[in-house]
Amino acid sequence: MSIKIHTHAFDAIIVGAGGAGLMAALYASRGANVAVISKLYPTRSHTGAAQGGIGAALGNLEEDRWEWHAYDTVKGSDYLADQDAVDVLCREAVETVVELEHMGLPFDRTPEGKISQRRFGGHTNNETKKPVMRACHAADRTGHMILQTLYQQCIKNKVNFFDEYHVVDLIRVDNTVRGIVAVCLATGDFHVFHGKAVMFATGGWGRCWEVTSNAHSLTGDGAAICLRRGVPMEDMEFFQFHPTGIFKLGILITEGVRGEGGVLINGKGERFMEKYAPTIKDLASRDVVSRAIYLEIQAGNGVNGQNYVHLDVTPETVNKYLAEAGETRRLTAEMIEQKLPDIADFTRTYLGVDPVKEPMPIQPTAHYAMGGIPTDVDGCVILDAANTVLDGLYAAGETACVSVHGANRLGTNSLVDLVVFGRRAGVHMAHYCRQAELLPLPDNPAAGVMAEFERIRNGKGDAKAAALRTRMQKTMTDNVGVFRTAHLLQQAQDDLRELRQEYANIQIDDNGRQFNTDLLEAWELGCLLELAEVTALSAAAREESRGGHARDDFPQRDDEQWLKHTLCHKEGDQYRLDYKPVVIGRYQPQERVY
Amino acid sequence: MQVKLRVRRFNPEKQPKPWWGEYTLDNVSPNDSVLDLLHRVKWTIDGTLSLRRSCAHGVCGSDAMRINGVNALACKMLVARLADGRDSVKIQVEPILGLRVLKDLIVDMEPFFDHYRAVLPYFMNNSPAPANGRERLQSPEDRARFDDTTKCILCAACTTSCPSFWANDRYVGPAAIVQAHRFIFDSRDEGFQERLDVVGDTFGVWRCRTIFNCTNACPRDIEVTKAIAEVKMALTSGEV
Repeated sequence: MSIKIHTHAFDAIIVGAGGAGLMAALYASRGANVAVISKLYPTRSHTGAAQGGIGAALGNLEEDRWEWHAYDTVKGSDYLADQDAVDVLCREAVETVVELEHMGLPFDRTPEGKISQRRFGGHTNNETKKPVMRACHAADRTGHMILQTLYQQCIKNKVNFFDEYHVVDLIRVDNTVRGIVAVCLATGDFHVFHGKAVMFATGGWGRCWEVTSNAHSLTGDGAAICLRRGVPMEDMEFFQFHPTGIFKLGILITEGVRGEGGVLINGKGERFMEKYAPTIKDLASRDVVSRAIYLEIQAGNGVNGQNYVHLDVTPETVNKYLAEAGETRRLTAEMIEQKLPDIADFTRTYLGVDPVKEPMPIQPTAHYAMGGIPTDVDGCVILDAANTVLDGLYAAGETACVSVHGANRLGTNSLVDLVVFGRRAGVHMAHYCRQAELLPLPDNPAAGVMAEFERIRNGKGDAKAAALRTRMQKTMTDNVGVFRTAHLLQQAQDDLRELRQEYANIQIDDNGRQFNTDLLEAWELGCLLELAEVTALSAAAREESRGGHARDDFPQRDDEQWLKHTLCHKEGDQYRLDYKPVVIGRYQPQERVY
Repeated sequence: MQVKLRVRRFNPEKQPKPWWGEYTLDNVSPNDSVLDLLHRVKWTIDGTLSLRRSCAHGVCGSDAMRINGVNALACKMLVARLADGRDSVKIQVEPILGLRVLKDLIVDMEPFFDHYRAVLPYFMNNSPAPANGRERLQSPEDRARFDDTTKCILCAACTTSCPSFWANDRYVGPAAIVQAHRFIFDSRDEGFQERLDVVGDTFGVWRCRTIFNCTNACPRDIEVTKAIAEVKMALTSGEV
């Protein structure tokens, strides 16, 4: 059967329409002809699921400084973040949040009418060491408001969208970028988008794990495509497990719940975070809290002997602990309904639990990729330890690794990352497109990926994508989770290698063209499998514990050997690990205590 | 428990007429969502079943469907709610009404987004921002005025449950009016007049017959009919 290939030309092509892609589109389209290509309608993007807030040292409710935000970010990263990039993130967070307000974003307000802020894990007043109100919020749907606002502004500014076009390849010729290849979901036709610059803003790959807060569509397409086209993956062993996912379902319960005073309680009724983080307790960094929950469960302190603990935000419990801490503020049922309405809706819908009256059963959930496509602070993709830039290729948002999150991301910083680096990448792309030439397309630029699609479509094996995906998610959950050992990581690598072989014999049911989601899910599984393998391999090599990467067999952080970023290259069917130094600035690595 | 699932199927590449796919699913948990059931069919019985979904917890707006005759998000509609205590239940799933069906549960969303774009769904304010480089101020009371309509996820459950929209698809529909409301009642916005011109048009708010289907259908619990009424009042009074 012949398949149509359509060709389009733009200056810049942005893949993905979440926060980073839309912010980049707004800025790039001021100076270049831009196309935004997304496999989802833009408002379906997962930025919209972000809840608690976006961090910026506005100081609207109490003293705050961007330098404190920077220190907290570096400490949160377990000193693996590049400190020059962190300075950019935290300094520009302030003006970028104000800019979002000027775009109409409906933040909650203080009594004086300023943007309201609340506490969040790991954000502190550096002098008193106490939690600081830094997370700017719109109820518990801050990400929804950011996504809607940016999409609205893109409509206002007449940005070109190609909705439900699934990008499946990058056209790279030596060290130049020529465009991308996409499948139009509605027709199944292939489209070549010819351009001077390409940006990936395709989000994370939480679907490698069984219990995840991530959408079904978060399959790491952009990262896997780059890996296949000779771009290394940075720091893939660092994947964040958010401490509070709804038990079994993984749906996120924002850290804002603890910011409002919620506490974690084990099966014995103890507020166990007092043991693990005596100073800021439940508001310690996510890696610290996830490990604490895991250890409590391992010690038999789960609730009802099961693999969960309670997150309690009932006014009775919260006010008891506030009084004990000598704080004057109190929480009421109305405040929960007003400040955490979506959380209340989720737990009522999916658990039949009313958070105003009862504690919520929670467990750690696979949440966020700290690692990904290596970039500099302008979103330019880099290829090696010498920071060689691949001209015309960009990445931003979760799929990118600048690195501002290092070994563990602080809550609220994903939204900051999206808008700050999305904007910088957009500005840089527009500038780049003004001086770059449109280089010719190679012959048959879609041929390679079309052959891969035909292979999947005509596969005669007995492997089903869904069954392989379930097995991948199981091995990643069992072996590449909150705690790791050499043995577990070897098991994961063995399992993944076997799955890769079976994937070569995949078979699908749908041989049609239109909305062939069977085919595209099978292709997405290929992306997940590769990223899972890179994650397990990078984790096995790093013989230390740092941030989100906790090794039972190497429980200490080892700055002497491991204060460096991992770069994993794909060469044929083999992977090769390389390392690059961390940029240290004002803050020398210290022991990390909360 | 057992679910007898009946799904409206359509694939124009294979046959011009729609048909019903029937699937008996055992060992269903009452906590499973309709999306879980559809995934089970797609992943273990028939991979050709096509639908849109993403977040699977009611915030992305991809999977609005007609479930037992009522619009809902498949990921937020749990089997327990439909079973109502029984140990076996029949669940019928169809695409939302009033938009062209492209394949199975996937409809053409373009006319819906055309209506959305028609109401100028973006913040307009040409006055200079505060000279101190900070945010515009807005009182918590002014912010609360339009809070309800900021929750919209553009899932189309409201518009495609509206008999006035079914009768004439040129009606902008409840979702677009919700979007207009979000800006009309924002004290910072200056696009009041331009937007009222659109929603006051022949195919604007006056097509609403206050049927309340939209309010019942909204998975975000937005008081859609009330928002439409407030826009009608703004049109007649010229004030917000």
